[in-house]
Amino acid sequence: MDKYVCNICGYVYDPEEGDSDGGIDAGTKFEDLPDDWACPTCGVGKEEFEKEE
Amino acid sequence: MKPFEIADGIYNVGVEDWNIRDFHGYSTNNGTTYNAFLIIDEKITLIDTVKKEFSSQLLNNISQIIDPKKIDYVISNHTEMDHSGSLPVVMHAIGEDKPVYCSKMGMKNLPLHFSREFNYKPVSTGEELSIGKRTLTFLETKMIHWPDSMFTYVKEDGILFSSDGFGQHYAGPEKFDDQIGEKIFIHAKKYYANILLLYSDKIQKLIGDVISMGLDIKTICPDHGIIWRKNPSSIINAYVEWTKQKSEKKAVVVYDSMWHSTELMAEMIVDGIANEGVEARPMNLRNWHRSDVMTAVMDAGAVVVGSPTLNNNIYPTVIDFLTYMKGLKPKDKIGAAFGSFGWSGESVKQINQELESMKFDIIDPGVKIKYIPDQDGLNSCFELGKKIGKAIINKNI
Repeated sequence: MDKYVCNICGYVYDPEEGDSDGGIDAGTKFEDLPDDWACPTCGVGKEEFEKEE
Repeated sequence: MKPFEIADGIYNVGVEDWNIRDFHGYSTNNGTTYNAFLIIDEKITLIDTVKKEFSSQLLNNISQIIDPKKIDYVISNHTEMDHSGSLPVVMHAIGEDKPVYCSKMGMKNLPLHFSREFNYKPVSTGEELSIGKRTLTFLETKMIHWPDSMFTYVKEDGILFSSDGFGQHYAGPEKFDDQIGEKIFIHAKKYYANILLLYSDKIQKLIGDVISMGLDIKTICPDHGIIWRKNPSSIINAYVEWTKQKSEKKAVVVYDSMWHSTELMAEMIVDGIANEGVEARPMNLRNWHRSDVMTAVMDAGAVVVGSPTLNNNIYPTVIDFLTYMKGLKPKDKIGAAFGSFGWSGESVKQINQELESMKFDIIDPGVKIKYIPDQDGLNSCFELGKKIGKAIINKNI
């Protein structure tokens, strides 16, 4: 599963960890995050994320 | 501010803003400074500028040392306008084609502030720039506290230019930590509580990274307030402690009141908390600025919030404070609500919802009292205070 990086603040979404504070279970793919999910560090939406190279 | 030397050939050419009392909603009772730093070397370098209203003062300060036209490089550690606002005036004075080094995010954000395009040069963490005898090393510090924030380090002098990090809103006769002593920490703490608290995890990691990079930091030059030259580790250690968000045995009882009923309740709750040997203070939002309350919240074990119900809602000053506190993300707090009302009484429930959204541990449904609290009502406030005091003690703080 791919990790995604926030273009604004550098936060890395790791699907293996999920985002427990945001109510996202471990094992959730970035593509499957709800549309209103926001970066836990800076608050921007999914559209500001890019796949980690 | 008359320019002064920090190290051989390195000057603070910044300015004091003695009379500012409201810094974007943060109360600056001692004013502040906008520090900017001039390094005289083969390539003369200016690190950061000042708020645009002070641009001529900045140029005047630079002129006391060198002709501003001789500046070769500008470093922008932070896009926020108290540090970048004078960039157009400075560039006009020094030559608009001169390079402006900034982070990649600075490269994206600076052009959104100014109509004129400058010669921006993006730099990344670890990148170096030789300016002659000295080498500047850049360290991106994303979200500490803006996406564009970065530090610039001069290894030959052991100076860290830390942008807003380690800063304090303080303008006074003292320019260095050894001149002001311990009292500067009140201002540094308020700055941390109101600007940096929500980024505590990132700051913890950053400090770890700086330590592992083995930087020999002899002096820290923040963009606000005094310079840490005698004991820079004192502020680094304070930051390490603040990032842990440890609570002390104390509570903040923050409220507003229309006809003193919620105020009477606040005072009884404070008495109840104090009865358990825990320090508590009632803070009326009509008298306490949100940024001072936030400083008290930072190391409080509990935050107790009181509001009358006004037209079926939380009172405006109280929701203002709750919104402000929510953004700063204080961790691991005990919470409770109280308030007087006339007929519908929604405020306590609404405060609880806000505190829940901040993941506070709400230990009681709260106390709401119709109109003026009678003795039974006051007793229930006292009991709530006792319960909060006990919960703080049991938290093993």
